Amino acid sequence: MALLEIEDLWVRFPGVRGPVEAVRGVDLSVGREKLGIVGESGSGKSCTGRSILRLLPRYATVTTRRAVFDGIDLAHASERDMRRIRGSRISMIMQDPKFSLNPVMTVGRQIAEAYLVHAEEESGAARRRTLEMLAAVRIRDPERIYGAYPHELSGGMGQRVMIAMMLITDPDLLIADEPCSALDVTVQMQVLAIIDDLVQRRGMGLIFISHDLNLVASFCDRVVVMYGGQIVETCAASELHEARHPYTRGLLAAMPRIDTPVDELPVLERDPAWLEPL
Amino acid sequence: MNRRTPPNEPSTENLSLRAVEAADLSVVYGQGDKAVHAVKGVTFTVSDGEAFGIVGESGSGKSSVLRVVAGLNHAWSGRLLIRGREAEKRRPRRSYRIVQMVFQDPYGSLHPRQTVERILMEGMAIQDMDDRHRRIQRVLYDVGLGGEFLYRYPHQLSGGQRQRVAIARALILEPRLLLLDEPTSALDVSVQAEILNLLRDLRARRRLSLILVSHNLAVVAHLCDRLIVMNEGRIVEELEIGELRRGAARHPYTQQLLRASVGYDRATAASLVTYD
Repeated sequence: MALLEIEDLWVRFPGVRGPVEAVRGVDLSVGREKLGIVGESGSGKSCTGRSILRLLPRYATVTTRRAVFDGIDLAHASERDMRRIRGSRISMIMQDPKFSLNPVMTVGRQIAEAYLVHAEEESGAARRRTLEMLAAVRIRDPERIYGAYPHELSGGMGQRVMIAMMLITDPDLLIADEPCSALDVTVQMQVLAIIDDLVQRRGMGLIFISHDLNLVASFCDRVVVMYGGQIVETCAASELHEARHPYTRGLLAAMPRIDTPVDELPVLERDPAWLEPL
Repeated sequence: MNRRTPPNEPSTENLSLRAVEAADLSVVYGQGDKAVHAVKGVTFTVSDGEAFGIVGESGSGKSSVLRVVAGLNHAWSGRLLIRGREAEKRRPRRSYRIVQMVFQDPYGSLHPRQTVERILMEGMAIQDMDDRHRRIQRVLYDVGLGGEFLYRYPHQLSGGQRQRVAIARALILEPRLLLLDEPTSALDVSVQAEILNLLRDLRARRRLSLILVSHNLAVVAHLCDRLIVMNEGRIVEELEIGELRRGAARHPYTQQLLRASVGYDRATAASLVTYD
């Protein structure tokens, strides 16, 4: 059974020339799997991720025919209900730890706070849990990092701290929006391995939002490709390189490859028909 | 005005002329106990007309090297020759006509309250160049933007169009050496393809020498003839692009970068080591 099911999701922003439709009729079903959402900037992938947790600005209009998470009707949930879901049942990792962590609070206290908000525990237990979590994201000296401030950490470490904070509540679904595009390839690889392990061990669902087709193809189980606010293609991640849609094919061809030299990279020719309602 | 011989080389072109020769280049930020050795004695040569890549991860010193060559960084030691001339710490204004740079983020590198025309005019005014309007028309055409872009502001342009303006701003001074610091990493892949095609085309048409700094091995392979791999302020390996394509990297750090750039793989992730 799917963990999250969304039908006909629309996100609109007010614009000078009438509303701008950022997401146009997206259907999504996520099980306990790694689902990738790929697309270029403006494709609506981040809006889709944020709308699940109602994290879009107030002026955005979100409508959906059905949005059910583990039996809970998200479309009609109150703000109070949403607060209980956010962070404890569904967590979200953002792109850049530099802007997502509180700069004047130690890393350990921030993670412990996330735990205390959702669990009925005392602070000693929160501290123990935090140190365990820091070890789980392979931070070598959890005691030291517990007392460190965000500016004392490297980008890779900051992102691991974010992951620790998001997973300390043991959520069922994790939404990761470009979790490693600010990181070096080798650090990126290590952060992904940690997410991968945690997803498998805890049987979590993961929505992995990224612009990097190769990464998604190699990391996820299933991929949806978004263009102009719609899902234009869904396939198994291992079959992404045999994608059918001309947009997906165009994106794949536009990337330079180390093993095969070309004189000129094929440029994506955008067909207005791709924007027509599916 | 500088009355000395213009640094543009005379018409009798020296064939063995090197675009850049750097010997034992070091960069240190800060002093005493807090000194950070960002670049630790780097030696390389870029031939005239060559496209040269510098690859490495954050903190490897690759951008510091580029900024020294650009004349934006004065905290260096060692020897640096640009087109056969000794580069000084404080360079004469005319020398900037030979070396120009394109930055990573086209959203940050263009003045938000200047029109494209004004942005392109600035360098020519500083260099006291003539025939400015004709040059602007030509350079806009060269980077694939029409005259209708003249009076637009950066916020009215897409990311790719902005990077084209940034390239035009560099080219309008007719440099012989173009420095590129992650020129496509802020762009979508479809736009990246357009900019890479443009750079390849401009390089051939204008006989430019290029230095490209990037963490993306595929981008470097596409644009360059040769590359160095940097780690912790040092060059760990120098490679021809053919060797990179065949996977013939010798240093374990380069091999690791190559494996990591292919995509996610559990075994690769587990095998990663920190080299220093």
